Amino acid sequence: MTAHQIIFYILAATILIAGLLSVTSPKIFRSAIFLLFTLLGVAGLYFWMDVEFIAAVQISVYVGGIVVLVIFSIFLTEHAGKEARKAPAVRTIAAFLATLFGIILGYLVISEYPFASSTVAFDPSVSKIGEAMLNYGDGGFSLPFEVVSILLLAALVGCIVVAMKPGIVTKNEKNEENK
Amino acid sequence: MVPVTHIVFLSTALFFIGMYGFLTRKNLITMLMAIELMLNSVNINFVAFNKYLFPGHLDGIFFTIFVIVIAAAEAAVAIAIIINLYRSHKTIDVDAASELKH
Repeated sequence: MTAHQIIFYILAATILIAGLLSVTSPKIFRSAIFLLFTLLGVAGLYFWMDVEFIAAVQISVYVGGIVVLVIFSIFLTEHAGKEARKAPAVRTIAAFLATLFGIILGYLVISEYPFASSTVAFDPSVSKIGEAMLNYGDGGFSLPFEVVSILLLAALVGCIVVAMKPGIVTKNEKNEENK
Repeated sequence: MVPVTHIVFLSTALFFIGMYGFLTRKNLITMLMAIELMLNSVNINFVAFNKYLFPGHLDGIFFTIFVIVIAAAEAAVAIAIIINLYRSHKTIDVDAASELKH
């Protein structure tokens, strides 16, 4: 086994073990930390596959953004050491069986399918990604890029509206009425 | 060289781990974390297929970028809803949010 292969299997073990602990850990804060390790492992996998830009995006958006947001909301809504309420045993067993059958079925399908490997050189450099993002012709992603930016703006406004305290709006309206 | 099969199997296992978490958890934040795991497994598939099967294009890379962006927007909206739910119910248990149930 070459070092390249060994690194892949170490990363795969990290991702799967941390992911499993993240969904089974009884303490919510710990499961957020295990989620952090899973996401870092996935970022390592992107580095292993030579797509540095995606790895950087993964680290800055997931590890730096979403996990921090999740940890903040855990602190806002729970006591840090509190244990999560468990699902009924029947549901746990059913979910475990569904997971097991899903993994086995997926394994059988994947191991039978012949993946035809290509020998063309793969160049995911940042300049090529940037050119494709601004290209509106064939093979360009200009329109989805704009659509996604509108989606982000809508999500931003929606978050503020949903999370705003209902009192704030009425207070401002009252001030205007008093004027 | 690691065969593509192993990478795809890794992402399948990660997807079903996320599904297990989504089915067994009762807390809304941990369910959101399980969804993040599932989205990540999809991203691994996109990048692996792009790199090993269709290296001439960058479509998989772009789908990964858009999935990451949409996951970030989804997490932000979900956490806003969770905090709003906590404010009105003093809990973030899924069973507490039953107003829309028939």
